[in-house]
Amino acid sequence: MNSKVADRIATSVFGLIAVIIVGVLISLFAYILINGVSHISLKFLTSPSSSFREGGGIRDQLFNSIYILVITMIITVPLGLGGGIYMAEYAKPGKVTDAIRSCVEVLASLPSIVIGMFGLLMFVNLTGWGYTIIGGALALTVFNLPVMVRVSEDAIRNLPRELKEASLALGITHWHTIKTVLLPSAFPSILTGAILAAGRVFGEAAALLFTAGLSTPRLNYMDWNPFSHTSPLNVFRPAETLAVHIWSVNTSGLIPDAKEISAGASAVLIIAVLVFNLSARWIGSLIHKKLTANSK
Amino acid sequence: MEKTVPASKRLMKSSKSRMNGEFTGRLLVTLCALIMIAATVSITIFLGTKGLQAFIKNGVNPIEFLTSANWNPLKEKPGYGALTFIFGSFAVTLLSALVAAPLGIGGAIFMTEIAPSWGRKVLQPVIELLVGIPSVVYGFIGLTVLVPFVRHHIGGLGFGLLTGTVVLAVMILPTITTIATDAMSTLPKNLREGSYALGATRWQTIRKVLIPAALPSLLTAIVLGMARAFGEALAVQMVIGNSRDLPSSILDTAATLTTIITLNIGNTTYGSVENNTLWSMGLILLIMSFGFILLIRYLSSRRKL
Repeated sequence: MNSKVADRIATSVFGLIAVIIVGVLISLFAYILINGVSHISLKFLTSPSSSFREGGGIRDQLFNSIYILVITMIITVPLGLGGGIYMAEYAKPGKVTDAIRSCVEVLASLPSIVIGMFGLLMFVNLTGWGYTIIGGALALTVFNLPVMVRVSEDAIRNLPRELKEASLALGITHWHTIKTVLLPSAFPSILTGAILAAGRVFGEAAALLFTAGLSTPRLNYMDWNPFSHTSPLNVFRPAETLAVHIWSVNTSGLIPDAKEISAGASAVLIIAVLVFNLSARWIGSLIHKKLTANSK
Repeated sequence: MEKTVPASKRLMKSSKSRMNGEFTGRLLVTLCALIMIAATVSITIFLGTKGLQAFIKNGVNPIEFLTSANWNPLKEKPGYGALTFIFGSFAVTLLSALVAAPLGIGGAIFMTEIAPSWGRKVLQPVIELLVGIPSVVYGFIGLTVLVPFVRHHIGGLGFGLLTGTVVLAVMILPTITTIATDAMSTLPKNLREGSYALGATRWQTIRKVLIPAALPSLLTAIVLGMARAFGEALAVQMVIGNSRDLPSSILDTAATLTTIITLNIGNTTYGSVENNTLWSMGLILLIMSFGFILLIRYLSSRRKL
């Protein structure tokens, strides 16, 4: 009897734990969305932020976040894909492969502030660029690359063996097989992984603090010349992202409505992360259906 | 006309160009992989040399740096003791692991052993969403909800070790749960069936058979969570209070290595002694994350199943 009572107690404790976890998440999301969504308006999204007065928006921060994300993905996706292909197809068991694997592991577990410090040393001081978008994007590349490598390697490894063997049996070279058979089949999983990684990059702040900086120059959105100082497209300008903005208005505390602005900005961030998450699943399954003619 | 080109030539040419593609393709992906080594090595070398400068160039005593709690870089007789911050980092890391580990492993057991059907359907997406919340948002909620709550209902300023611990615990919970779930669900089925066949209850099976069998992986999950907590900067910085004194209770304000770096590295002159000691703290973070990896390697080498 005793052991049965213990079993029942244990079951309810585990149930309670599950309820706690679900409760924490629901209350987190409810809090952010309920408090934040009321602050999101067209004006909030399209007006520039103010450094000391009330009523600033997040236009530039939002643009910077998206712009840095795009540049980071342009650098990371090809590099990560290449690394993943090497690890899945060419790496032979040995010292070099072990070293690369350890390096991926190390890079993936580095705290983002350490990556930020490395970025400060390398892309801000050593190159003499100062705080720039490109420096921030390169630091985020270090942050994101191990994830991309793993995603691509797993996607290629999980393909059925027959696919590759059939292609090789037709006399097609290894590289050609990778290019025309393996990559297209692995594409849905790679894309899903890349979108999820993008969500992670979008909310990252610590690595950007010391590389892309805490300020944004006055931007002129009519200026499309990427070399002009006021152009939003200039990659050699400092850029404060949304996540960094939330941190800085809460710590420096110069604007009176810091709480409202961070509530609105947090809601925007969370909604973006949700969109990334859901679209990754949706696009992944959509492409999978198209490629495989699987009607499930 | 195409037919005038002899077959041998066409075949030679095509095969040659394909072999060229093979070579460049292979070269390209190898380079991509080698970039990983280059990045890791350069991070280690750059942060290593920069982090040692405080000791080599500025003559800060490394033993004093690690064991003194006197951090007053701007006084006439400056003190460069980082013990407060080292202590703070370890304190919040261990405390948050103490909170998050039972919850995370409990959630994993619930998902794999007790209610696999709806547990997976509800808990899994919930946990994946928790991973996606940016750390500044955790910090912001800690600042606006948790800090006033602790101040009014528990005591102290609200800012402090306790608040930092709770924020970090929520942040590392998904990491621990995900890995623990993987560990539990990859256990062979015959372990459970054998135990049930002997008449054991579910709790006895979990406690005496499944947890010991999965222990190295469960510990790996906790270590990974701790590694994340140790390196987390902005969320902790917003709620921990950032004082220079050693905390005497869990409600006291404290500071960690990451928070002091975040706050001060932009305000100090590049190359000054204070700035260099901040880089030394960054080096401690780097060494700790190597340490966590070694610990995980050791744990996974002990895995039997």
